[in-house]
Amino acid sequence: MISTENLSIAYANNTIIKDLTLIIPKGKITALIGPNGCGKSTLLKGLSRINKIQSGKILLNGKLLHHFKDKELARELSILPQILVTPEGVSVQRLIEYGRSPYLSHWGKLANEDKQIVAQAMHDTGVTELANQSLDSLSGGQRQRAWIAMVLAQNTQIVMLDEPTTYLDLAHQIELMKLIREMNDKGKTVIVVLHDLNQACRYCDHLVVLKEGKLVAQGAPDSIFTEQLLSDVFSLQAKVVSDPIANTPMCIAY
Amino acid sequence: MSSMKLLSLPIMLLFIGMLSLSFGAYDLSVKEITWTLFQGGKFDFVINQYRLPRLILAVGVGAGLGLSGALVQGVIRNPLASPDLMGISAGAGLAATTLLVTYPDAPLFMLPVSAVIGGLAAAAIILAIAYNSRPTPTRLALIGIAISAFLSSAIDFLMIINPIEINTAMVWLTGSLWGRNWTQVPFIWCTLAIMLPFAFWLAWRLDVMGLGEESATSLGINPSKVQLLALLSAVILASISVSVCGTISFVGLLAPHLARMLFGHNHKALLPSAALLGALMVLIADILARSIHPPLELPAGVLTALIGAPYFVFLLQRYKGW
Repeated sequence: MISTENLSIAYANNTIIKDLTLIIPKGKITALIGPNGCGKSTLLKGLSRINKIQSGKILLNGKLLHHFKDKELARELSILPQILVTPEGVSVQRLIEYGRSPYLSHWGKLANEDKQIVAQAMHDTGVTELANQSLDSLSGGQRQRAWIAMVLAQNTQIVMLDEPTTYLDLAHQIELMKLIREMNDKGKTVIVVLHDLNQACRYCDHLVVLKEGKLVAQGAPDSIFTEQLLSDVFSLQAKVVSDPIANTPMCIAY
Repeated sequence: MSSMKLLSLPIMLLFIGMLSLSFGAYDLSVKEITWTLFQGGKFDFVINQYRLPRLILAVGVGAGLGLSGALVQGVIRNPLASPDLMGISAGAGLAATTLLVTYPDAPLFMLPVSAVIGGLAAAAIILAIAYNSRPTPTRLALIGIAISAFLSSAIDFLMIINPIEINTAMVWLTGSLWGRNWTQVPFIWCTLAIMLPFAFWLAWRLDVMGLGEESATSLGINPSKVQLLALLSAVILASISVSVCGTISFVGLLAPHLARMLFGHNHKALLPSAALLGALMVLIADILARSIHPPLELPAGVLTALIGAPYFVFLLQRYKGW
């Protein structure tokens, strides 16, 4: 389980996250939402130790995040950054094998168990047929599934995803959100930054709403996703209705 | 498949190594060579004291330069990066020249030590500049060339104001294996004995670094640590090579490029193949250097530059993002 106490994160003297105290519910999908520049990505990078924090604490399973060793932390949590670098000449299978990095011996040799986990991750994300193709030859949707497979192979309790749907068309967005639900069904705690509020409400159990680096609201979509919230946080005039498919809240802006 | 291809390199090295023992002012047959290697005899001096140490040095130095270049390119992710183009070789050269000129009687082991210090200093300068301005590949190459030129002119200056020592320094600086013997062999080969296993330890980590710093961090790899260790190894390998036989230019650029073309981007194959290709290049350059116009010798570094410089120009004009 991951939580923060009075957390502040700064970039070059500019405090992005201010005095944030937060508990991310275990075994649930939590969406970080808020307007552009509110610090969603910064928070995620802080929680995953990619960015240094300025003050306050981050606790993972009751232990301070900065007390974890690099590999030890990588067995507990994984993050898929927003901007993904596609390395030259790397096959889908090899990319997913990289997910086993925190478990490998000094020489980076994969054990049979690692190979099985890689195969399972490819199966779960439907990229088995693409195994030998080069990553840069794939379509956006296929590539994103391959990256998700890498994260699955890393086999961590907590999975963080920074705007995983941004460059996908609607069909692939829905496909990816379903994939995230499946991960969650297997017991993983998922923290995801999303821009599409209706998708956040439909697929996530818990919303964390940020504005200018501060926590504005948190809770289940049903209880906190209101017209007032949208107006306060996004300065957006909208009507909140019930999603005819999932019965979750859904907003229609005007 | 890939390992079969990789295996062909040491076989080629063995074959060309044999050629290197046979060619010279006096050509010897394979039979004469094998006999001399194991039994001595009338060619003992030519083979065991002259051509053999030279062969072993050429292989060691070439492997060091090739491996160094592959590590630098792996870390900096810059196709134009290499130890000589980044001023590391010139820094090592300047420090070693300073030692030769100021303390001509310094113990022999001081030469590699001072070269490593010089190489590290040059690397620190270019990294400090690169860290602030985040240069494009071409720009980094330009900064490196400027630093190299500056350091080389400092070497020239030192030699001009100390004309008596000029001969020692000249022989050593031109990038030649002429006049080298068994004394230099342990320097380069001990370095390789430590650095080769270490490079294999780095291989997987360098591969993962290809996903970018954020993804690498997420996978439990500390990018700054890997970058620092790989660069440090590269600087040590290049500097020790320079301290043994001066600057043999462009091997550190060409060998990793050729290795990438033949064996792909996977560092576990790339690093050893770059080392083997570097060894082949220096060995061939040395054979040509002493057999084009015997008994006169060209420096091997001149021959590698003859192939390397045009290739560098080719790379430069391919990367148009200034």
